[in-house]
Amino acid sequence: MNSVQQAFAANRATGRGTLIIYITAGDPDLAATVDIVATLAQSAADIVEVGIPYSDPLADGPTIQAASQRALEHGATVQGVFDCVAKIRQRTQIPLVIMTCFNPILQYGPEAFAEEATRVGVDGVLASDLPPSESDQWCAVAAEHGLATVFLVAPTTPDERIGEVVERTTGFVYAVSRPGVTGAQDELPADLAESVARIRQATDLPVAVGFGISTPEQVAAVCRIADGAIVGSAVVNMIASVQDDDSLLEQVGQFVSGLAAATGR
Amino acid sequence: MPALEELEGVYNEAKADEEFHRELDYYFREYGGRPTPLYFAERLSEVCGARIYLKREDLNHTGAHKLNNCLGQVLLARRMGKPRLIAETGAGQHGVATATVGALFGLETVVYMGVEDIRRQALNCFCMQLLGATVQPVESGKGTLKDALNEAIRDWMTNVEHTHYLLGSVCGPHPYPTIVRDFQSIIGKEVRQQCLEKEGRLPDKLVACVGGGSNAIGIFHPFIEEEGVELIGVEAAGRGLHTGEHSAPLNAGSFGVLHGSASYILQDQDGQIRNAHSVAAGLDYPGVGPEHAYLCDTGRARYDSVTDEQALQAFRRLSELEGLIPALESAHAVAWALEMAGQFEAHEIVVINLSGRGDKDAAEVKAFL
Repeated sequence: MNSVQQAFAANRATGRGTLIIYITAGDPDLAATVDIVATLAQSAADIVEVGIPYSDPLADGPTIQAASQRALEHGATVQGVFDCVAKIRQRTQIPLVIMTCFNPILQYGPEAFAEEATRVGVDGVLASDLPPSESDQWCAVAAEHGLATVFLVAPTTPDERIGEVVERTTGFVYAVSRPGVTGAQDELPADLAESVARIRQATDLPVAVGFGISTPEQVAAVCRIADGAIVGSAVVNMIASVQDDDSLLEQVGQFVSGLAAATGR
Repeated sequence: MPALEELEGVYNEAKADEEFHRELDYYFREYGGRPTPLYFAERLSEVCGARIYLKREDLNHTGAHKLNNCLGQVLLARRMGKPRLIAETGAGQHGVATATVGALFGLETVVYMGVEDIRRQALNCFCMQLLGATVQPVESGKGTLKDALNEAIRDWMTNVEHTHYLLGSVCGPHPYPTIVRDFQSIIGKEVRQQCLEKEGRLPDKLVACVGGGSNAIGIFHPFIEEEGVELIGVEAAGRGLHTGEHSAPLNAGSFGVLHGSASYILQDQDGQIRNAHSVAAGLDYPGVGPEHAYLCDTGRARYDSVTDEQALQAFRRLSELEGLIPALESAHAVAWALEMAGQFEAHEIVVINLSGRGDKDAAEVKAFL
């Protein structure tokens, strides 16, 4: 069992949901990312999704688009993100999943990307715009290097395609809460339990819900129906709005501790 | 993804349905004004030293070839029962054509347009609003076509159940490159018939500008099996290929993935998409349709480029020589022929796709000339 699945299993054993926090690497800069991830680990997050900033993040709403743009303007590169992960690994062993569009993997070279990811201590990769049906080569490379794979499932994804996803997933299934792009929302969709149940029928893999989840109440509600909750834009917003480094880490820590406290079933 | 499969399914059904073709032909003819003429450009021919014909897509309703694809896709949207259309636009030609079919069939229409393009294409922007569409300004990136496409895709992901994304070029995810090509290939089919009628034989060369590449693939497609017909795509070299400020991925880009298709794109070594540049808003895109990448790699078509400056000169030259003000995009194809002047065989038949009219560009060009 890889470390991503282990995180879910450990929480399942103690009756808790798994808290996954997304941040855009390099926002405001890569040195800050190291501190932020260490803080997330101290604040009882279970897994961190480290986003490689991209020029054209199609699945992202305004919050993460802006974060990507800031990170790129501040000089974040793919190699820079890998080097940042290596530094994170000196401070914490929290499972790390890289989230990226496929083109940076393609340009780095899939083989080289997987090798470097493993070398610096990445546990899994989510290529957000790579359709499962086109991903066999990438999945083989990831498997060879022991990287867990994660794919997105939308409420509109038909059952046969859910089958294609779970066949290729070795980490967790990322259930997108609603059609659309990332970004905080006031309410969870009414049909969320149904969407998760549909995925559960196809697999025993852990299912985590993301997109639009930003409060402890929403985390608690998600953890009652799924194995984990993914919070992204809310944390990215906080990083964008707090300028002073020390109080940023304190605020992020408090916020994430609050989310983590809501994962009990 | 499911929406793409739905679209492919509906398209395949429509393609096999005679009634669909009758309906499309009807709108092409009665509403769009097809067939568009294949005009023998006598004075341009004298200047270039070949028999030059202009395929008059500028006479198509809305002033460009874009309507062909919009009529086809709006009929598909109706078959899918989708009451809302969205589109991206650069020069505004595709936006106007989408707003037009939206009005024609009473569908809610939202057009995403970069703020920089709204500035340089104010006339088209106003026309879209007049036609009842909402023009949604896009501020991200450089505020041009790529950014408008990003935003349209995000809208579609959010509203997919009741919205059809009327993509305007032969790029984006499958099945768009195929569907748009098929609807635009009416251009090449007409050229084939018209050239046989006028000259008793097929043309020697077909020339078209390439941004995403829909007008080019539309004129090329019916001739791909005809090896004697040379296919020439003209990319926008902008301020010059060596400056990096251009929109010429086939000439100066590399292999990558953008907007759901694998093709040549402008990118840095990390795979971050680079901003394109062209004086022609409709060519200002860092990617190109995957079928052009294929035709380029196999050598079946050849892709050259002309600069902003050459296109601007051609814009003026065609206006003076033939009384035709071309779209700045189409002026790139004309510029290629002018650059080749004297190097053609006198009997060569060269068909240039005059993909659109230039009224929309007059104000912008005035600042340059």
